[in-house]
Amino acid sequence: MADFLILALLGGLGVAAIAGPLGSFVVWRRMAYFGDTLAHSALLGVSLGFLFDINLNVAVIACCVILALTLVTLQRQHLVATDTLLGIMAHSSLSLGLVAIALIDDIRVDLMAYLFGDLLAVTPEDLYWIYGGGILVAALLYKLWEPLLAITINEELAQVEGVRVTWVRLALMLLIAVIIAVAMKIVGIMLITSLLIIPAAAARRLASTPEQMAIGAAILGCIAVIFGLGLSYQWDTPAGPSVVVVSMLEFLILYSWPQRQLA
Amino acid sequence: MKSHHDLVRLEQVNLHFGRNHVLQNIDMALHKGCITTIIGPNGAGKTTLVKVVLGLTKPSTGNVWCEDGLRIGYMPQKLHIDRTFPLTVQRFLQTAQCKDKSLMLEALSDVGAETLLKESIHGLSGGEMQRVLLARALLRNPNLLVLDEPVQGVDINGQLELYALIARIRDQRNCGVLMISHDLHLVMSSTDHVICMNHHICCSGHPEQVSNDPSFVDLFGQRGAEQLALYNHHHNHRHNTHGDVVHEHCEHDHG
Repeated sequence: MADFLILALLGGLGVAAIAGPLGSFVVWRRMAYFGDTLAHSALLGVSLGFLFDINLNVAVIACCVILALTLVTLQRQHLVATDTLLGIMAHSSLSLGLVAIALIDDIRVDLMAYLFGDLLAVTPEDLYWIYGGGILVAALLYKLWEPLLAITINEELAQVEGVRVTWVRLALMLLIAVIIAVAMKIVGIMLITSLLIIPAAAARRLASTPEQMAIGAAILGCIAVIFGLGLSYQWDTPAGPSVVVVSMLEFLILYSWPQRQLA
Repeated sequence: MKSHHDLVRLEQVNLHFGRNHVLQNIDMALHKGCITTIIGPNGAGKTTLVKVVLGLTKPSTGNVWCEDGLRIGYMPQKLHIDRTFPLTVQRFLQTAQCKDKSLMLEALSDVGAETLLKESIHGLSGGEMQRVLLARALLRNPNLLVLDEPVQGVDINGQLELYALIARIRDQRNCGVLMISHDLHLVMSSTDHVICMNHHICCSGHPEQVSNDPSFVDLFGQRGAEQLALYNHHHNHRHNTHGDVVHEHCEHDHG
């Protein structure tokens, strides 16, 4: 197998494995639009990274984190409904990113690679970011698992029982921000949310506990990466979208399969 | 001269939401081994008062004192769990920081729901869900149980049975209980202390005392008060969910 394929496979598997459990929370807590907004703002991070000549991963993570914090603050003010606020921030930050990139004279930016991913161009340095970020997120997720489940079931009940709800909620947002930054390379800004929610939604059909769903989502995501890359290699289709298409097929198969409801 | 073991005390608690004075000069105490029921019309601030006791809402003025080492078992009014969240009763009970299956079964059988352990939480009926919530609150081994409308969505016989169950739990564990009810006549027989409120405390005391209080009659009308008086005069037995007669103090067994 060619080197670039091995790198692509390793990168894709790393992202899919951690996107599964995190994506389950996105599904349970109805944060799909929130994830989308963070992803859109990633492009602003990219352009700021070019502008100030800092590491792009760092710039994207910083941009996502700042956006998440801004969102929480604005949400508290109740100026506009949350979905309106998300829409404004998503498209404003994407447009700001596009405008900023156009203003940078001396650099040609491959926009398509950021918007739809360039899995086949994964470098060893990207792998460090993916696995470094992934392991960090996995460790925090493991440590915060019970409190995260508690606030997902009922925030007031969790608070009465001593969970520090605001911090746990914030931690989840930051974990999603990190994953979006590292997953951008794989499927691109426009498709990151699909990697979070489609495998998780598909795994729901097979799960009767939250843990089964999280692990199931990771496995389904990895399968989608393997077959998506195969598809891309065989027929020269774009790699990121191919991965998304395979996970959509998984979802369709699992939901059209007649079965009893588990839990 | 303190005859009661206080778990929580509220002193001159006031709470404003914008221009609404939701809680007005509330003084109350919750005692060990005592069932306190808050009744009042819709929008009277009952749930808000409970949230102050739970520490979820900070009062604008006044003090909330809690005993050291107070462990609260809370049962929220309604627990909506998204259907995308796969959860069995067993896994739900585990979120009360309990890993011991025999303890879970014990708590479930305390509330008459021992057959539900493996069930999906999404398939439970209203009454079953309330029992599971109660079992989960018990698993935390609380010295204060706080129940926000514990019989919501349960039919009349089931309601009587649930109230009897709560009284029995109090007897067994000698914990304090605070609950909200809007159904005055059902809750009366299984409560020690009633607080009748409409933003402020209108009257409080033993159930009979309260039902004869003019401010109670004001709040609920003559009809409500008469129903209550009638209730105090009959029923030397109860019915369980199957319609069978269950005697007040008999041991309780489930088939």
